[in-house]
Amino acid sequence: MAKKFFRQKQAVAGLVVILAFFAASLLAPYIAPADPLKVDLEHKLMPPSSAHPLGTDQLGRCILSRLLYGTRTSLLDAVLVLGMILAISIPIGTIAGYVGGRVDNWIMRIIDILLAFPSMILALAITGLMGPGLIHMLLALAAVWWISFARIIRGMVLQIKEKDFTLAAKACGDSHLKVVFRHILLNAVSPILVLATLEIGSIILAISGLSFLGLGAQPPTPEWGAMLSDSKPYIETAPHLMLFPGLTIMLAVMAFNFVGEGLQKAISSPGTGGQGKQEGGGLRAKRPLLKISFFKIGEEKKT
Amino acid sequence: MSEIKRFLLKRLLALIPVLLGVSVVTFALINLTPGDPAEIAIRASGVQPTSEAVEAMRQKLGLEGPVYRQYIRWLWKVIHLDLGQSFNSGLPVAQELLLRFPATLRLALCALAFTAVIALPLGIFAAIYPGSPIDHISRVCALLGSSMPGFWLGLLLIYALAVRLKLFPVVGMGGIKHLVLPAFTLGFGLAAPYIRLLKTSMLEVLQKDFINTARAKGLRERLVIARHALKNALLPAVTLLGMNFGGLLSGSFIVETIFSWPGIGKYAVDAIFLKDYTVIQGYVLLMAVIFVLVNLLVDLCYVFLDPRIRLS
Repeated sequence: MAKKFFRQKQAVAGLVVILAFFAASLLAPYIAPADPLKVDLEHKLMPPSSAHPLGTDQLGRCILSRLLYGTRTSLLDAVLVLGMILAISIPIGTIAGYVGGRVDNWIMRIIDILLAFPSMILALAITGLMGPGLIHMLLALAAVWWISFARIIRGMVLQIKEKDFTLAAKACGDSHLKVVFRHILLNAVSPILVLATLEIGSIILAISGLSFLGLGAQPPTPEWGAMLSDSKPYIETAPHLMLFPGLTIMLAVMAFNFVGEGLQKAISSPGTGGQGKQEGGGLRAKRPLLKISFFKIGEEKKT
Repeated sequence: MSEIKRFLLKRLLALIPVLLGVSVVTFALINLTPGDPAEIAIRASGVQPTSEAVEAMRQKLGLEGPVYRQYIRWLWKVIHLDLGQSFNSGLPVAQELLLRFPATLRLALCALAFTAVIALPLGIFAAIYPGSPIDHISRVCALLGSSMPGFWLGLLLIYALAVRLKLFPVVGMGGIKHLVLPAFTLGFGLAAPYIRLLKTSMLEVLQKDFINTARAKGLRERLVIARHALKNALLPAVTLLGMNFGGLLSGSFIVETIFSWPGIGKYAVDAIFLKDYTVIQGYVLLMAVIFVLVNLLVDLCYVFLDPRIRLS
């Protein structure tokens, strides 16, 4: 699998970018040219220069430093949200898929009801009602995102549950816990990893989108979406203010999408790396299909 | 026809528990507020809350008595299209939402039109001419559409086309010109999955036997594509439309805020900062009901478009 993954240039490039982002988040205090919170009104709205490679914002703060420190808020929080989503959705999806019957029926009915809400609108409402703030926004995103994950994971469990090796383990008298952990979840790790990597880009977009509206990270915390929001009044006089945060968000999302698609291809294609290309006109073309097929596993389309 | 009627009836009946569930969740949302909603409502109107005023407001909001009674009272009102009153303006929330709904609908429909204009040619021609320049353009568009934050695209368009070239107004609502930038911003992001899906399904359909048959009987290629391939390749896109409608509604509140578009999305975002909780509640409920109904409509379209589903 690793060989197939590293054979794909796009996926490798994505991985390098992601590693660079994580390195930036850890090394920000050492590599940032200035303090991201230091206000210097004498040098506000400066274009890129040697002292401030990406210029300064409306308060004279170094944009590059803010972007580097912003990696901690935007990227690491996305990972945190993903962790919360998986912590909720894996047990619920597994119980629904494995136990089946009434339990599955009830869980799925609840999921169907929650899926009737457009997820970002529900996240907006939860954040709005709890009060704008980073923690509230992250909780809101986890509270709405686990729903589709649980549904997909349930589908995976349903499929793996019927495989010969699972049936054999059951026939040998393995306990339910052993069957679930050793046979079902272990085999679901790869598709869950693909799903998580593909979704993390969307989570980054959601975090920066809500922060853009002022519902997430509060000033003066450096956050990519909030930086874009701050740039609005200066769009005419200092367009660089909106250019760099936007590019950074796009780069991060693209990198995660490339890695997710690379993983997906490495897992799904048994043959050479070019197989997906011949069938589906490129990896990217396959992504929505994967999502749809996940949604359709053992379950009718949502109401 | 009776099969369709039975299907329709089944789907409509299935809506009842979902809508009831939606109402329970929406009702429960108000409990997320930090503190007593009645007190917040009084503070929002700029008055210092006294215990009598809070009690009176609690009665007005229907927050007294056991929770299940509160819910039943609230549901009864909602069924009668009474979503409560805005804490700030004092006007009925349903009226305020309906007043702004046409603006959001206009934006959403134009965004969908942009999605179709971008995705249909790119997806279809990329499949017919793989490796051609249009295939590369479709890849780049799909990549940008899925990775580019919509709010950034909106700002870039404002900068390039409104501020620099002065081709469009910067923000606000007016004629067609006001609509172009927000609708394109919303539509471009939505187009990405359609480009991919259309290309994939078109490639799949083009390899089917009936396409070979159509070609073998001497049908012109244009007719093979238009009459046989496209019709089948569009089917998965219809399903995706239902799934993506939520994205369209979600995207609209950010785009409306950027472009100061006076729709319900902007109204809801403004309500958050004014702590106008009844508006937020009403907004969520309305969006969920619209989402559910659109999905029902999409399912029905699918049944009419694909006879195989009808037969099964």
